Amino acid sequence: MAMTGLLAGCGSGAGGSDGGTITAYVYGDDAVKVQQAAVDAFNKTSEVKVKLVSVPGTDYVNKLRSAMGSPGAPDVFFNWGGGSIKPYVDSDKLVDLTSTVKNDAVLKDGFLPSVVAAGSLDGKIYGVPMRGMQPVMLFYNKALFEEHGLQAPRTWEDLQKAVTTFKGAGITPFALGGSDKWPELMWMEYLLDRIGGPEVFRKIQNGDTGGWGDPAVLETARTVVKLIDDGAFGKNFNSVDYGNGGAPTLLNKGKAAMHLMGSWEYSTQLGKAPEFAKKDLGWTAFPTVAGGAGDAANVVGNPTNYWSVNARTKHKETAVAFLRTMASKTYAQALVDNGDVPTTSNAASMLSGSPNPEFAADQYAMVQKAPSFTLSWDQALEARYATPLLTEISKLFAGKSTPEQFVAAMKAAR
Amino acid sequence: MSPHTPVAKRRGDRRAAAGNAGRPPVAWAVPGILFFAVFAIVPLAIAVYLSFCRWDGLGSPTPTGLDNWTRLFQDPEFGQAAWLSLLLTTVSWAFQTPVALLLGVWAAGRQRSRAFLSAVFFVPLLLSTTAIAMLFHALLDPNFGVIKSIGPWLGIDSDVMGSSTGALLVVAFVGGWQFMPFHTLIYQGGARQIPEVLHQAAAIDGAGMVRQFFHITLPQLRHTITTSSVLMIVGSLTYFDTVLIMTKGGPGTDTTILPYLMYRTGFQTYDLGYAAAIATALVVVATSISLIMVRFSGFGAMRSTREGM
Repeated sequence: MAMTGLLAGCGSGAGGSDGGTITAYVYGDDAVKVQQAAVDAFNKTSEVKVKLVSVPGTDYVNKLRSAMGSPGAPDVFFNWGGGSIKPYVDSDKLVDLTSTVKNDAVLKDGFLPSVVAAGSLDGKIYGVPMRGMQPVMLFYNKALFEEHGLQAPRTWEDLQKAVTTFKGAGITPFALGGSDKWPELMWMEYLLDRIGGPEVFRKIQNGDTGGWGDPAVLETARTVVKLIDDGAFGKNFNSVDYGNGGAPTLLNKGKAAMHLMGSWEYSTQLGKAPEFAKKDLGWTAFPTVAGGAGDAANVVGNPTNYWSVNARTKHKETAVAFLRTMASKTYAQALVDNGDVPTTSNAASMLSGSPNPEFAADQYAMVQKAPSFTLSWDQALEARYATPLLTEISKLFAGKSTPEQFVAAMKAAR
Repeated sequence: MSPHTPVAKRRGDRRAAAGNAGRPPVAWAVPGILFFAVFAIVPLAIAVYLSFCRWDGLGSPTPTGLDNWTRLFQDPEFGQAAWLSLLLTTVSWAFQTPVALLLGVWAAGRQRSRAFLSAVFFVPLLLSTTAIAMLFHALLDPNFGVIKSIGPWLGIDSDVMGSSTGALLVVAFVGGWQFMPFHTLIYQGGARQIPEVLHQAAAIDGAGMVRQFFHITLPQLRHTITTSSVLMIVGSLTYFDTVLIMTKGGPGTDTTILPYLMYRTGFQTYDLGYAAAIATALVVVATSISLIMVRFSGFGAMRSTREGM
């Protein structure tokens, strides 16, 4: 790719915007059909047409990166907000949409405020929400909880009691795909939010790596180590993964009682074990931690995905007009039908049409009421901090470094 | 131009060719050299250039002099990765060579069963590395894999990929499983080149199977051993896909070998300058090792193993 990037500088513009079309890059997965329908509908009335390019998921980040460095850059592209677009913002490649959104009633009131805020950088809006929300939730096996006379944990004491009970019964309390690293990150995110409040990470996200020195970070790392020592994740979580179905299978086979995971866990379980998903899969918010500064209603995860606009586009008006359709009822309905929970402010009334209305409504309420929605750290931070972060977290969970070493390593990250 | 000139010219060419002991003229190598230059030398030169720059993949690289290189020599993570690469290479070599050698020599016999079995041994090489890595990943899943049921019988903990040593050994084993057939094939070819008369003469002198192996087969195979070892070592140093799929460099960073560290730095952290420095260091190490091996094994002189025959 290094060579592609260098050589692209001398090539002539391929793709990109020419004449009457703008190009939109989207993360290629099952949900693309919803965006394709929106594009088709938009093209019927627009003079300048939108061309949707679906880039296979695993290649998306790399392909976008090399395309944005070349003359063939897309006019509009899918992203995760936060740090995922920071390099583009820093090199003046994105349109600052703040005033556009503030002066446009449709865009301004169209989306949940916490979601729009989570995708912003330094208070400036660079993206418009375009997919479903993905908060991290605590999933549990209802049958196992019933069998052992337990309720879904609401406080840290409940959680510890559940850990002791399940461990005593030979059941792994929490499934954890440690081999993939990012599932471990979710524990850090929620614990830091509950212990220190969302401000601690927000400081780090805004570029102050010294923020890792906050006592709440150390406390979080210690809590994680205590959980591991207590056997909360079983013995072999380091070689279990999420991607190949290791951790979800532990939950649906009753070998693990709980699983902290993004809301997509529901559709994963529905695909792998439909019976279990319909009958025994429960969900709840992350428990409160006594003495912690964070609001128990705070949420972490991926608020949603965003469309951003390339500063070099020749058709900014068309791009913005296309972005406005994301707030429309038709688009939100298409997302709901696809099993997603839209982040539009009018979504609540549509959720009864969702494949699982109860789950969708709970999820929507959780995000709508959340005072803060912290974007997943690996998306919120730039890649040059996010990758070392995942490595350090993996070392902490694998027992290769202590909480103190974790803090020191993160403070030193450049 | 007279009609005779081309003929005369062709005759001249033939004479020159004859003087060159039947070797084709340089022009024949041009396509090869061009191809090699465009797809190997140029990218390598760009990588070396990038190793003196800071570049996040956007815009143009900014030259930073020796920054990446000084960082490289102070980076404990690079040190660890280099050590792990070396360890993996040594383990892979020590594991693959004896097995491939013995199998190859055995397969050099000409009975029908051997031909058939050799074809069967060859199968792992035909599978893609990705498929193999995913297969072993599934077999070694600590909760649902075969290892869970047969592990206790073999005295292996089912969490073999979750332990530092286990994960590294698994990576070495999977690589060995995949590439051993290739080296077996090389040894089979080498062993078949050994003149039958040597073994016959030794047998008449009363040498048994074992003595024949150590005093005839093994010395006759010394160049084959060098070839196979160089391929094995360079292959292990650049080993990547299995790590990416099976361990993702973990647990912690215990299987983060050099190529994986390079990938992480370049395509996850987007620190392409530093990644280029790691890559260049890897090229230097791999090239030096092969040169050293070739020189000290006498392989470079290309003396015939049939000397004195």
